[in-house]
Amino acid sequence: MKFFFFSFINYKVLNDAARPWQIGFQDPATPIMEGIVNLHHDIIFFLIIIIIFVSWILFRTLFLFNSKTNPVAYNFSHGTFIELLWTLTPSLVLIGIAVPSFALLYSIDEIIDPAITIKAVGRQWYWSYEYSDYVNEENEFLAFDSYILPEEDLELGQFRLLEVDNRIIIPVNTHIRIIVTGADVIHSWAVPSLGVKCDAIPGRLNQISFFIKREGIYYGQCSEICGVNHGFIPIVIEAVSFDDYIRWVQNKILD
Amino acid sequence: MSDVVKLETAPRDPRFPSTNQTMTCWVRYLEWKRCQSKDGEDSDECKKLRRWAYAMCPIDWVERWEEQQQDGTFPGPKFE
Repeated sequence: MKFFFFSFINYKVLNDAARPWQIGFQDPATPIMEGIVNLHHDIIFFLIIIIIFVSWILFRTLFLFNSKTNPVAYNFSHGTFIELLWTLTPSLVLIGIAVPSFALLYSIDEIIDPAITIKAVGRQWYWSYEYSDYVNEENEFLAFDSYILPEEDLELGQFRLLEVDNRIIIPVNTHIRIIVTGADVIHSWAVPSLGVKCDAIPGRLNQISFFIKREGIYYGQCSEICGVNHGFIPIVIEAVSFDDYIRWVQNKILD
Repeated sequence: MSDVVKLETAPRDPRFPSTNQTMTCWVRYLEWKRCQSKDGEDSDECKKLRRWAYAMCPIDWVERWEEQQQDGTFPGPKFE
């Protein structure tokens, strides 16, 4: 006999990887990304009003004021009130967009001491990660390379071109500092769910900070053309609980 | 239950507040080397500065600078 169980619980499936034909953002996992999504909503509000208004004016002009329907052109050259209106209104719109934009921009640069520093070194064509906070007397520390999983090695349910053999493990609710650099050519370390993108430039160390608010697996891809396999250098971050992170570090160090 | 674990890393350097942290890495490395020449490798201060230098600098860079120091081609200041 077969039993069918109907589940009445709504499962929330979070979008932390690129979906086919995706238009919108991935689900935010950091305060920065939440800020970006909110700013986007603020701007889209003005954008839609402006698009409708400008399209309306444009179509009215095209269909009601061409030379056939309106042979006599008007011969006045100025109108103070309307000129004031069409100067002040865009300025107010720009202020309305600038206020949340600058608020987000400066809040991203807030001074917070991180708890963990991870170095992401872009190479052709893989990422290397170094957790050198845990360096020992013999100059050994946790470091590993992160290569893409080829399609033939994928298991059911895994994402094509996004999975890697070694993921970055990060604890949630902890301030993380990532230092990004390149070893050979310019790469870019980007993870959309975390609202993070930073160029990896040889000879330069770029710092980005974030704070992951929920556990999960977050996917990103190299975002700067770096050769023939530029599309095949994904980034996968696994955010785990603090205890799991400590256990993982200890196991890795013992290895 | 596990003991309380405190995660520590190199703090922010207020002299270099922006995204480009190349100078932070360089300065941390030099501070460690200066401490080494002044107090010796085993002092607590030097161990702390060593951890900070390793935290901020990629291992490739540190290894290259260590080789240059041995070869005498290190571009930075010499700490006797």
